[in-house]
Amino acid sequence: MIKVEGLTKRYARNVAVDNISFEIEKGQVVGFLGPNGAGKTTTMRILTCFMPPTAGTASIAGFDVQQNPMEVKKRIGYLPETPPLYPDMEVVEYLDFVGRIKGIPAADLAKRINEVSEKCAVGDVRTKLIGKLSKGYRQRVGLAQAILHNPDVLILDEPTSGLDPHQIIETRDLIKGLAGDHTIILSTHILPEVEQICEKVIIIAKGKVVATDSVENLTSRLRGSEQVAVEVIATDAAAVQLKLEQVAGVSRVMHKDTKDDRLHFTVESLEGRHIRPGIARAVIESGWNLNELHGMALSLEEIFLELTASAKPPEGAKPQQEAAIAQEAESK
Amino acid sequence: MNTITICRKELQSYFRSPIAYTVIALWALIGGFFFYFGLSFFVQRSMESSMMGQSMPMNINEWIVRPLLSNVNVVALFLIPMITMRLFAEEKRSGTIELLMTSPITDIEIVLGKWLAAVALYGIMLLVSLLHMAILFRYGQPDWKPLAVGYLGLLLQGGCLLAIGTFVSTCTNNQIVAGAIGFAISLLLFVLNWVSEFGSSITERVIGYFSVQSHFESFSKGLIDSKDLVFYATMIILGLFLTSRSLESVRWRA
Repeated sequence: MIKVEGLTKRYARNVAVDNISFEIEKGQVVGFLGPNGAGKTTTMRILTCFMPPTAGTASIAGFDVQQNPMEVKKRIGYLPETPPLYPDMEVVEYLDFVGRIKGIPAADLAKRINEVSEKCAVGDVRTKLIGKLSKGYRQRVGLAQAILHNPDVLILDEPTSGLDPHQIIETRDLIKGLAGDHTIILSTHILPEVEQICEKVIIIAKGKVVATDSVENLTSRLRGSEQVAVEVIATDAAAVQLKLEQVAGVSRVMHKDTKDDRLHFTVESLEGRHIRPGIARAVIESGWNLNELHGMALSLEEIFLELTASAKPPEGAKPQQEAAIAQEAESK
Repeated sequence: MNTITICRKELQSYFRSPIAYTVIALWALIGGFFFYFGLSFFVQRSMESSMMGQSMPMNINEWIVRPLLSNVNVVALFLIPMITMRLFAEEKRSGTIELLMTSPITDIEIVLGKWLAAVALYGIMLLVSLLHMAILFRYGQPDWKPLAVGYLGLLLQGGCLLAIGTFVSTCTNNQIVAGAIGFAISLLLFVLNWVSEFGSSITERVIGYFSVQSHFESFSKGLIDSKDLVFYATMIILGLFLTSRSLESVRWRA
């Protein structure tokens, strides 16, 4: 459905997107993951025909973004990072305007607006001025605008940024609901978001594709060795550390700090071992109180370190260690 | 079709915001001032001339309509940048330009739609000033033909300055900057004929030719000269062409 080959976008001095290639099948939900400034927005803007690439090609449903922009534009729905809304319009007026410029026949327009505003849960603010809506509602109106003409491809740039947790969940559910009918690309810098919504991940950093993989593969690859934070209420730190080290599958235990009688440890597992149940049992059976036990999420930076490290096998272990040290420093 | 959609949205936006009301109110106020004093002057002079025993009635077109058109033309010069400054600057600032430029419509449709909306608002202003003319028709017998030609001239010159203002608005995402530059260019274009008044070399005459005001002159006399029509049409097309090219460059620079 989407084919990108050797895409490059160069600005006066810096390269925003550097020779990236990927392919996306029809109906897939793909996460575009990368830190700020990685080139996510630039890539999306090229795909939506907002700006031309410096080199390379991109095509959507077989139409090239430079040769056939009109055909491409008919087939995409785009939600930029800031929803493109006119504050002095009512929601219905806005959707009517968007429907017209997207080329929806006038006869179907009212019906489409009804369907979409129900799907995006903006029915109750239909006659309100967009300028008076909350951020969550604006985001939903933005989404409604993107799916209004029932496009084959949906391109969503950071659809959950700046929303409160409740709104984030709503938006994610909404996107999941759209997944069947559309091919979706969404960009984000939040890892769990990709895990929740997407089937496939394209990770980019500094304008280059670092990894393209399914979510399962990627997470298992990254979670090869798991890090777990443990908080135990006990007095004898050394005894706890010893006990934790004896749990099956544990490779390393680090005592981080002590607050009153609450002891914090970071436990690392061997490759591919699930150690959390074992830790819980060990602590409880020794008569201590288990206060907290959770897997430590890998931050994006660590993922990049890991991914770039796996590209250079001989030095594979080193950056991983650095990452662990960095994490340790961070938590202090 | 898309042009009409864009035009309708822009007009709606003018009347949703205070812009349309402000511009029309200022126009009516200042235009009314000129009309009132033009009329008072005319009444005084015609009373004087009848006391002097001159039986020929003074020509209303010559004494009221023509100076009024010239004055009103200057007022338009000040208000036109206020109409055009937001057209693209606002879309660029708020990011809605991304919606327009990723929709299946052409740049030319966007440009034409926005310019037509600005012309329509300007047309509404002209309609408001027709009220003054209605008063003249109620109490006098002005000739309607030169008056209609004068209004055509106002509309053409307005269309020309609006096209240039629209172009300026694509160059920045700051409305104030767009308004200020738009005004400066309009004013310069207005007074360029001064150049040819001080000399008559080819260069000076060519520069003077670009004055929008000198081409308005014949319209205000009630004359339609094809060379003025060509001038205004060319300037409008040039302004709109520059606008669409500038809009295209937004894609390259964004």
